[in-house]
Amino acid sequence: MTQILALMQATIVFGTVILFGALGEILTEKSGNLNLGVPGIMYLGGIAGLAGAFIYESSSAAPNPIVGLIISMVSALIAAGLGGLIYSFLTITLRANQNVTGLTLTIFGSGVANLFGGAMNKLAGGVGQISVATTSGAFRATLPFLSDVGVFSSLGFMVYLAIIMAVVLGWFIFRSRKGLNLRATGENPGTADAAGISVTRYKYLATCVGAAVTGLGGLYYVMDYIKGTWANDGGIEKLGWLAVALVIFARWKPMHTIWGSYLFGVLFWLYLYIPGLTRSSQEIFKMLPYIVTIIVLVVVSLRKSRENEPPGHLGLPYFREER
Amino acid sequence: MSHIQTEPFVRITKRQDIKTAKAWLIRLISVVLALAVCGVVIYAMVKLNPIKVYAAMWKGAVGTPKRMLVTARDTVMLLCIGIGLAPAFKMRFWNIGAEGQILVGGIATAACMIYFGKTLPSWMLFAAMFVASMLAGALWSVVPAFFKARFKTNETLFTLMMNYVAIQLTSFFVAKWENPFGSNTVGIINQMTQAGWLPSLFGTQYMVNIILVLLLTVGMYVYLKYSKHGYEIAVVGESERTAKYVGINVQKVVVRTMSLSGAICGLAGFIAVAGSSHTISTSTAGGRGFTAIIVAWLAKFNTFVMILVSVLLVFLEKGAIQIASQFDLNDYASQMITGIILFFILGSEFFINYRLIFRHRKGGEAA
Repeated sequence: MTQILALMQATIVFGTVILFGALGEILTEKSGNLNLGVPGIMYLGGIAGLAGAFIYESSSAAPNPIVGLIISMVSALIAAGLGGLIYSFLTITLRANQNVTGLTLTIFGSGVANLFGGAMNKLAGGVGQISVATTSGAFRATLPFLSDVGVFSSLGFMVYLAIIMAVVLGWFIFRSRKGLNLRATGENPGTADAAGISVTRYKYLATCVGAAVTGLGGLYYVMDYIKGTWANDGGIEKLGWLAVALVIFARWKPMHTIWGSYLFGVLFWLYLYIPGLTRSSQEIFKMLPYIVTIIVLVVVSLRKSRENEPPGHLGLPYFREER
Repeated sequence: MSHIQTEPFVRITKRQDIKTAKAWLIRLISVVLALAVCGVVIYAMVKLNPIKVYAAMWKGAVGTPKRMLVTARDTVMLLCIGIGLAPAFKMRFWNIGAEGQILVGGIATAACMIYFGKTLPSWMLFAAMFVASMLAGALWSVVPAFFKARFKTNETLFTLMMNYVAIQLTSFFVAKWENPFGSNTVGIINQMTQAGWLPSLFGTQYMVNIILVLLLTVGMYVYLKYSKHGYEIAVVGESERTAKYVGINVQKVVVRTMSLSGAICGLAGFIAVAGSSHTISTSTAGGRGFTAIIVAWLAKFNTFVMILVSVLLVFLEKGAIQIASQFDLNDYASQMITGIILFFILGSEFFINYRLIFRHRKGGEAA
């Protein structure tokens, strides 16, 4: 029983990281931008959140958890949003290739984050010595009325925030007027343009806001998953690509990302709970999330049902003059 | 209020054509601007004179013959992957999976070295490694290619996922072959016998790597530019409909080109394992599969231009590692600098392809 509980908690914490990543990416992709900079954006969000909290806590004698939380959250949102802005400016205004720009953003974000993370580690006196205990504690504080209810006994508020965001995003994309415009932009920007929708504005906004949401995944990773420290081990990058996989798995529907993210979490941690696995066969087990995603990708392309398809203009540039 | 429709402040028109010299001038300006921005960032971070930092980078990359050789080794590695990606990208097939293809090529090479290192004569061992690495890479790329050709499955996402399957596969083999036990690394394979190690040529280590990749550079250039296959790739890349109309079997071209692309990336794994590290780990590819995408793209699939781009990127990487140790930063500085420079080069392409026309100041309408 405790094992199952532990698996569920590990699953939810893991799932929340990629849930934020995937939600932001869905918003971005619905506008037709395939942003492969997800890991880079998560890196930016994570390091900015950590740096914000670190600077605040080391400059204040008695840091206040709420202030630390707000500072780190705002820093993460801004840094990740700026990452999205770089991507938008290059792909939308300067018409650079989306895939290449996204990958460059991943290289850039990982470089910036690990550079500053390493520098902060050194300032703090070694790997694992960064202490943002107050802020990290605030992120990990459980909801008061749930603090001793089974699975919920170790979950911070961002777990619930992610779920709420998924629901809101699902409503926004599929039920609101603006969401309809956004989908039109991603499906067929030429038509959207002709209908009077500002394609450029929608693409910019969706990409920047999407990036900010994705950045929250990085923040949650740093503050809760690894408990307010920094390690140059590429952990965020791995999860960032899983978030991209989750977008495909959920077939671009925010509601499906909720259970999808937890399923990925189970698949990711399952090897710990299967008896008799050697260290090498564990590695084979860790392939599962990726293989499942590949299968979903193939099945979706086989079935050809319209609503499961990627946005029609995903990854393609839109230049009004070249219609 | 009488409002006359004014001419927009700036208009964008596509350039018909641009002189090569001018295009390169724009690119050069963008690199210089990028270096200036990096300089500001470096100064803001560590308060060091950026000129000194760049001097240290130069020293780190080409300061001694040994360093030059390592820089050359890493350049040809990156170049090799870029060459592998070129045909796929020219066909507008987004092969993001080089990372995985390198790894499986490396695994195949290492497997041959471990299992046949003692039994096969040297030339047969090399032949086995060479062929196995290419087959493994081709296998890894042909799976997504098949589904793309038959069912239009999104290849960007498929190849991306294949990378992670390959990484886990590598972890599996690392745990399986680990030596010494408990180290979680494979260690140097055949350290005593050096079986399956590419030999030094003309007294220089890595010479075989360099020659092999330069041959590939010329070969791929000719293949893309002058062969029938190359022509078919270009047509499919420009427009699949045109290709079908003129009777090109698109599915066949896609699968064939992707096998070639994967095979060369697998060969890069061979070069990495047999020609330089003599071991295999999940960092054998080390992100180069992604960087090479940028190499291939920026060079517009011209393999000779790729040499230039690869040199630039590896030079930056080596230089940044030097500053890292000299000025007490860490070597992720290189990734940041690379990122900034690439942003600028990517942005500069806009000014090569398009012309900005500003509103005439004395136009009258606006006033």
